[in-house]
Amino acid sequence: MLIKKPADILPSEITPQQVWQRRREFLKASASGISLAALGLAGTAPTRVLAGDAIPNMQPSPFSTDEPPTSLEDITSYNNFYELGTDKGDPKANAKFLKPRPWTVTVDGECSAPGEIGVEDILASFTQEERIYRLRCVEAWAMVVPWVGFPLGDLLKRFEPTSKAKYVAFETLYDPEQMPGQRRRVLDWPYREGLRMDEAMHPLTILSTGLYGELLPNQNGAPLRLVVPWKYGFKSIKSIVRISFTEKEPPATWNRMQANEYGFYANVNPAVDHPRWSQKTHRMIGDGWLAKKRETLPFNGYGDQVAGLYAGMDLKRFY
Amino acid sequence: MIRRERLVGYGKPLVFMLCLVPLGILISRGASGALGPNPVEAITHFTGDWTLRLLLVTLAVTPLRRLTGQAWLVRYRRMLGLFAFFYAVLHFTTYLWLDRFFDLGAIAEDVLKRPYITVGFAAFLLMVPLAITSTQGWIRRLGRRWKTLHRAVYAIGVLGVLHYLWLVKADLLEPGIYAVILGVLLGFRVPWADLSTWLRSAMRRRHRIASARR
Repeated sequence: MLIKKPADILPSEITPQQVWQRRREFLKASASGISLAALGLAGTAPTRVLAGDAIPNMQPSPFSTDEPPTSLEDITSYNNFYELGTDKGDPKANAKFLKPRPWTVTVDGECSAPGEIGVEDILASFTQEERIYRLRCVEAWAMVVPWVGFPLGDLLKRFEPTSKAKYVAFETLYDPEQMPGQRRRVLDWPYREGLRMDEAMHPLTILSTGLYGELLPNQNGAPLRLVVPWKYGFKSIKSIVRISFTEKEPPATWNRMQANEYGFYANVNPAVDHPRWSQKTHRMIGDGWLAKKRETLPFNGYGDQVAGLYAGMDLKRFY
Repeated sequence: MIRRERLVGYGKPLVFMLCLVPLGILISRGASGALGPNPVEAITHFTGDWTLRLLLVTLAVTPLRRLTGQAWLVRYRRMLGLFAFFYAVLHFTTYLWLDRFFDLGAIAEDVLKRPYITVGFAAFLLMVPLAITSTQGWIRRLGRRWKTLHRAVYAIGVLGVLHYLWLVKADLLEPGIYAVILGVLLGFRVPWADLSTWLRSAMRRRHRIASARR
């Protein structure tokens, strides 16, 4: 049961004004029964509104960047989510197959209280925050995403990890019916990722439930995805169904496939190139085709908060 | 024969226009903002795709001529090859300008460190002399050596497909299709495995069997 109470800060004060206004206009139009006409007139009307419910009781976060967020249209139509297809446009086109309700996450492994948790329970029990984070893809492009979510550590503590829990492993849904991309063995399904325990417990690490104040669109990893803003995007596993505490470093899909290209840590690092992409610069999505690339910062600019996690480690070896 | 001459004559502007269709699509997408959230990547992939496609079409002319016995097909080969080069120039310019903004240091690093760029760059460089020597004058001047020089197109095809294969992260389906087509087209050129002779005799055999049954 969701207990709704008015938010202290309205989403309209956080979401960029133009985006918010567009949504209000659309809702008003819908209410007066001319939504189809509005869709036709607006051309690129925000289709998300039809499917998305606003997340109640959302709080702002001091961890948010004040950089201008990438447009909702770009965030939801340019996705690497191979379960829904390898082309960046595929996830949006195939999003309709994924059914994010009902959804249960199994938590097991080295913990005293293993069990399951439903996504509705997750939304009701953890305070949802808006976290506007930079997202850097290993393919040398980047976005600024207004996620909604909560610290992963808050969820993990509930299952009482033991002292043997050194790592956390994650697994995406495996169901070719819901995820047509899994019909071909492009990757070793299901997609797996992992974090070291201290990375998982870091306050910047969140599980995301939403985007732009509303529930997460399927192509962005509904209903629940990991977001680790100082690592390349592929670490942020989508549509999670299992979280396991492990003693040893868990397998990570891209790392298993091409260990020399995709490290387990995958920290954003301009000094360590990917064999196919220089990581010194990146293209900011939404900047347009005459814009220059931008300089990439170590740990994607989150170094002040996270560099300490890797003190004494050779980041060229543990890339 | 005079009619066929005329047909080839009319055909040339038609093929020329057809080869410009992809460029038209690209421009209209650019003008209407339909290139998606990462337009530079979209332009790069689009022009790269069409370079490879036209290169394969060019390489298909000779096998097609030998299979069908239609000698006039070869009259389109130069135009097709030059259009492959045209899209390669667009592809390379997109990289130089929109992707790298003429940052020579970054470009040199790319060419030296990233194998897919190394082979793509090599393929492009190899295309330049072929484009230059595509004129009637150069064909005459080079004589027999012209043919030897233009066999470099086989290497260009292999490097081009390799360029695509090495770029892809996991899904090898699309570059794999190009690789198979290239393999078949080059197979026609291998004397000890002459696919065209084999195909022709296979067709003759089928024809004989069919007529014997009748």
